[in-house]
Amino acid sequence: MAQEINNPTRAPVLAPGYTYRSVTDKISSIVLRGTPRGWYVGFAISFLLAMLLLFAMTYLLIAGIGVWGVNIPVGWGFAITNFVWWIGIGHAGTLISAILLLLRQPWRTSINRFAEAMTLFAVANAALFPILHLGRPYFAYWLFPYPDVMGVWPQFRSPLIWDLFAITTYGLVSLLFWYMGLVPDLATLRDRATKTPVKMFYGLLAMGWRGSVYHWRRYHKSYFLIAALATPLVVSVHSIVSFDFAVSIVPGWHTTIFPPYFVAGAIFSGFAMVLTLTIPLRAVYHLEDFVTMRHLNVMAKVMLASGLIVAYGYMMEFFTSWYSGNTFEQFMTLNRAFGPYAVLFWLMMLCNVVIPQALWLRRVRANVILLFVISILINVGMWVERLVIVVTSLSRDFLPSSWGMYAPTLWDWAVFIGTFGLFFALLFLFIRLLPMISMAEMRELVQETGAGEAH
Amino acid sequence: MAQIFHRSTNTLSRLSIFGAVFIIGGLFTVGAILVRSPYVTNVGVPVPQPVLFSHKHHVGDDGIDCRYCHASVEVSAFAGMPATETCMHCHSQLFNDSPMLQPVTTSAATGLPIAWNRVYQLPDFVYFDHSIHVNKGVGCTTCHGQVDEMPLIQKATSLQMTWCLECHRDPARFVRPRDEVFSMTWQPPPDQAALGAKLVSEYHITSKTNCWTCHR
Repeated sequence: MAQEINNPTRAPVLAPGYTYRSVTDKISSIVLRGTPRGWYVGFAISFLLAMLLLFAMTYLLIAGIGVWGVNIPVGWGFAITNFVWWIGIGHAGTLISAILLLLRQPWRTSINRFAEAMTLFAVANAALFPILHLGRPYFAYWLFPYPDVMGVWPQFRSPLIWDLFAITTYGLVSLLFWYMGLVPDLATLRDRATKTPVKMFYGLLAMGWRGSVYHWRRYHKSYFLIAALATPLVVSVHSIVSFDFAVSIVPGWHTTIFPPYFVAGAIFSGFAMVLTLTIPLRAVYHLEDFVTMRHLNVMAKVMLASGLIVAYGYMMEFFTSWYSGNTFEQFMTLNRAFGPYAVLFWLMMLCNVVIPQALWLRRVRANVILLFVISILINVGMWVERLVIVVTSLSRDFLPSSWGMYAPTLWDWAVFIGTFGLFFALLFLFIRLLPMISMAEMRELVQETGAGEAH
Repeated sequence: MAQIFHRSTNTLSRLSIFGAVFIIGGLFTVGAILVRSPYVTNVGVPVPQPVLFSHKHHVGDDGIDCRYCHASVEVSAFAGMPATETCMHCHSQLFNDSPMLQPVTTSAATGLPIAWNRVYQLPDFVYFDHSIHVNKGVGCTTCHGQVDEMPLIQKATSLQMTWCLECHRDPARFVRPRDEVFSMTWQPPPDQAALGAKLVSEYHITSKTNCWTCHR
């Protein structure tokens, strides 16, 4: 341990001394043994919050969107902020599972399953918001190009339609990829389970996996294929989300830097969320041997790098608004920094630009508590960033006569907090029912790293 | 190791994957058929009326012009419903003691209008004007069907937006000469394409498909 703290870069991706059997034992026992008491407590709290979401959504659908703080001119309040934030968080999962797989990075192995689950649940939360914030949510299906009796198609020139396709594609590909990866592990659980109902549950999900050479050959082929399909999504989905803003003419939104800056922000916040979740999990389930300091260190570095790109994005926004000579752009920048929402702006700068600089220090990257705190601050910062983008631009655009302030209501908060409930409730179920680390890939890692006995 | 599932599970699982595609596709197809069916559109379903009034008898047998009762069709958005006095033009003399006519005679005696039930009910968010359509060569039967063959009045067309747009996107397929608008027997001639194009330019019909043409 002492050596690890001094130099997390050199720490192994899998602690030495593990064999195929011990790796599988350790991961599958979390699922197959009894439920720890803490799990019930955590799940109960998350479930209650999820019920808060259900309650707030029901009230919203019955009473209408007026229960939120949105109005003209600020028609996009918390809903779009939350949407962009949640979908951004998902990006880390796809990056870890797809891009790092294609780049053959061994450190993805023990965190990819978990990160993919996080992606799925984050996308589920994100997908709620565009629908909830429609004035008439019951017509959400009009977004789909289906042969309707109105004789009209959706407006294909609208970013809202691009969003729909981007998000459904993203959700489907993520689900497929996650499930594909799970199949060999589900078969392992099926074989290790002792009770018949448990055997049947995992047996059904494993879809007849026997682990034959043919199975593995096809599995690897299709797994890489889906990874290749998912790779462009890491870039495309958040680019399209940024078009929701960039395609408009509102000052502060109409910017060509938005797509890359949004993608970097997504990866930034996504890795922050992975760290926020991984750090307590590895401590609770004693997975320090699998998710080592090396992992935390590498993730911190990715956070630092993507954070720097985000910071560059901020700087370019300031520069462009000055260099453009456009009154409205210049006003927008000043208004962000010194207007009525200035507190949010400075909080964003503090959390997203200043604090991540601490990650340059190896000592900080080796300190689990500090990493945890920083990752939470980055999550907060990225959420605030989206709020700043949404609210400051809309509240004061071209005509001072049409300015107006935005303040969230209790129902805005209830929906936002409720999504955490749904996210964590699903995550708790995932931890309880499915192996949170890929056993099959960990066994490969045992062989590749030579951590176990010689074969 | 003992098998958890019977051999037949393989077939079942293959079937369910294969079947799911068809079941989901089938559900969409059923839905698409249902919304276009009379079950939803009420096409061909007679609407109950306070008087057993037969368009077939009055229009088909007696040859009364549409405008005799629906008098404002050429000048107003609303085609107009006949006042009881219009009925009484004839029925003060004809069948005035028939029990079938009793609601009409009661109405004439008391002055309370007959509460007819609407057959062509457009949603409130749709603006529609009869006069412009009639004056640009859209015949009554184009939308209302062969009213002269309906003993009980019913919808002949769905009123769905696709149906409106069929004509609004290409009026040449449906317009007829102005003097044929109220004809019950006019059929599109073999050269409707040429005739339609000629009438469209002659009557200055500009195809209007802006949202706000109807949703004002």
